[in-house]
Amino acid sequence: MSATVSLSYLISGICFIMALRGLASPETARQGNLFGMFGMALAIVTTLFLMETSSYGLVAVAIGIGGIIGAIVARKIQMTALPQLVAAFHSLVGLAAVLVSSAAFLNPDAYGIATGGSIHLSSLIEMGLGVAIGAITFTGSLVAFSKLQGLVSGVPLVFKFQHQLNLALGVIALFSVIVLVLTQAPFAYWTIVVISLALGFLLILPIGGADMPVVISMLNSYSGWAAAATGFTLENPLLIITGALVGASGAILSYIMCKGMNRSIFNVILGGFGSDGGSTAAAGVGGDRPVKVGSAEDASFILKNAASVIIVPGYGMAVAQAQHALREMSDLLKAEGVQVRYAIHPVAGRMPGHMNVLLAEANVPYDEVLELEEINRDFGQTDVAFVIGANDVTNPAAHNDPQSPIYGMPILDVEKAKTVLFIKRSMASGYAGVQNELFFRDNTMMLFGDAKQMCENIVKALES
Amino acid sequence: MPLSDIVSGLNSLAADQQRLSDLAAELGKQVQAITVQAPAASEGFFITGLTVFVLACFVGYYVVWKVTPALHSPLMAVTNAVSSVIIVGALLAASPLEMTVSKAMGLVGVALASINIFGGFIVTQRMLAMYKKKTTGTGKAKK
Repeated sequence: MSATVSLSYLISGICFIMALRGLASPETARQGNLFGMFGMALAIVTTLFLMETSSYGLVAVAIGIGGIIGAIVARKIQMTALPQLVAAFHSLVGLAAVLVSSAAFLNPDAYGIATGGSIHLSSLIEMGLGVAIGAITFTGSLVAFSKLQGLVSGVPLVFKFQHQLNLALGVIALFSVIVLVLTQAPFAYWTIVVISLALGFLLILPIGGADMPVVISMLNSYSGWAAAATGFTLENPLLIITGALVGASGAILSYIMCKGMNRSIFNVILGGFGSDGGSTAAAGVGGDRPVKVGSAEDASFILKNAASVIIVPGYGMAVAQAQHALREMSDLLKAEGVQVRYAIHPVAGRMPGHMNVLLAEANVPYDEVLELEEINRDFGQTDVAFVIGANDVTNPAAHNDPQSPIYGMPILDVEKAKTVLFIKRSMASGYAGVQNELFFRDNTMMLFGDAKQMCENIVKALES
Repeated sequence: MPLSDIVSGLNSLAADQQRLSDLAAELGKQVQAITVQAPAASEGFFITGLTVFVLACFVGYYVVWKVTPALHSPLMAVTNAVSSVIIVGALLAASPLEMTVSKAMGLVGVALASINIFGGFIVTQRMLAMYKKKTTGTGKAKK
C-alpha cells in the first residue's frame, strides 16, 4: 500500500470520527454527517486507484444499482419504520462482510495475503472470525427485521435445549476455525459460514419484541466488529478504525439500553423475557378494582387548567402514529399558557432515540424533549403527567415491589404529578406482564381509546 | 601401504565431516531465516493492526459517550452507513480482470454496501433535518 493511499485512508478515518463527534449536539450533527459522506467518497475513490481500470464498468453498475435502491428506500421510509430499516441495513453489512471474506478466501492473491496459494496464518484466523461475525450479523438482523416488521411474531420463541444447541453449534464453529487455521481446508471454511448463519437465527429468535432496542444496538456493534475483522484479514487500517468505532458505538448503546431496563446483557441475550408472565401476573393483581375513566372533554378541561404538563410518550404512540396529533394538542395548550415538556425513557420505542426522532418529525422543538435524568425531579411540581402509549416505564412497582420482574428498573416518576392521565387501548398489562398499580390511584384518570383518536378528540375539545 | 591407506581414508573422512558440519550450519541458518522472516511479514501487520484497533476503540468510546441521547437513532443510522466502508474490500475483490466466483462476490458486495452507504447517509440527513429549536419551530411562541 503506497503512502498516498494510506494517507487518504487515514483522512477518511478522521472524517468518520468527526461524523460521530458532530452528533454531540443537533447543531453540529448535520455538518458531521457531511464529514461522513466525504470520508466515504474519499475511501471509495482511493480504492478505485488500486483497481484494474477495465473493471470500472461493472463496479459502476454495482454502485449505481445499490445507490439507487438505497436512496429510494431512505427517502420513502416512514420514521415509525426506522428500526426495521436499520435492522435491514445491518443485515446487508453482515452479508457484505461474508462476501468479502469469502472472496478473499477463494482468491487470496488479489489481496496479497498469501504466498503461493497458502494463506498466512494470522489472515486465516481473522478470516474465520470475520466470516463468523458477519454471518451471525446477517441472519440475526434478518430475524430482528422480521420481528420489527411484524412478519413473524414478536413473542420470544423458546424451545427445550435451546441454549445447549447454541452452545454445541458454537463449539463446532470454533473447532472449524481451528481446522481452517491448521489445514486451510475449504470444507472447514464453509462449515463456519453455515453454522454461523444458523447461530444468527437461533440467537435472536428467543428475544422478545420489546427487547429490540438492545438487539438492534448489539447487531450494530457486531456489524462493526465484522468490518474490523475484515480489516485485519485484508490488512487495511481504515476498515479496522471504522469497525472499532462502530463496534464501540453499538456496545455503548447496548449498555445504555440494558441499564434502562435494569437487566444484564446476558439476561437479554438468553431471552424469553415476558413470554409467560403476560396474562397470569396481570390477572392475579388486577382483579376488578375500580378505575377512574374519563373522556376527551374531561382530559381537555384538566389539561387546560394546568400550569405545567409533562408528556410521556411510549411505543404505543409510534404504533398509533399519534405524534402529529399530540403536537397539535401541545401547541393549543402552549397557546393557553401551559408549560408543556416531554419526558423520554431510555428504552421507549423500538430503538435508541426512537421517540426523539418521532417527536422531531412532528415538529416538536428538541429543547422541549428531555431525558429521564433531566426531568424526573420535576414531576413533583407538575400538575399533569400525560402518559401516551407507555406503561412499564412509569410503573412504581419498579421502586417498591421487590417481587416484581421490573424491580430496580429506572422509571419516570409520573406518580408524583398531581394528576396522571393515561391513554391506553385497554387495561392490558405492559410488555413485562406486570399490572400497573398507578391505574388504580385516586389521582389517575384512564382515557381508553386509540392514542391518535384520543389526541384528536382532546384537540377538538380544546378548540371548542 | 595399508597404513597410508588408513591415513588418507581418515583424512578424507575428516574433510567430509567438515563439509557436513558446514552444510548443517548453513541449513540451521536457513531454517532460522525462514521461521523468523516469514511470519514477521504478516504478524508485523497484526501488531500494527492491533495498535490501530485498540486506539480506535478508545476514540470510539469517548466520542460515543459524548453523543446526546436525543440523537441515538441518527447515531445508529450513521454508524451503519460508515461500517459499509467494507465496500473497500469488496472493490478489491471485484478488481481482477477475469470473471471468477471471487470477483462476482466482490461485485455483489459492492452493490450491497452501496445500498447501505446511500441509504444510511440519506436517512441520517433526513432525521437530522427534522431536529429544530424552539425559534425555528412551528412559530407558535410560548406566552
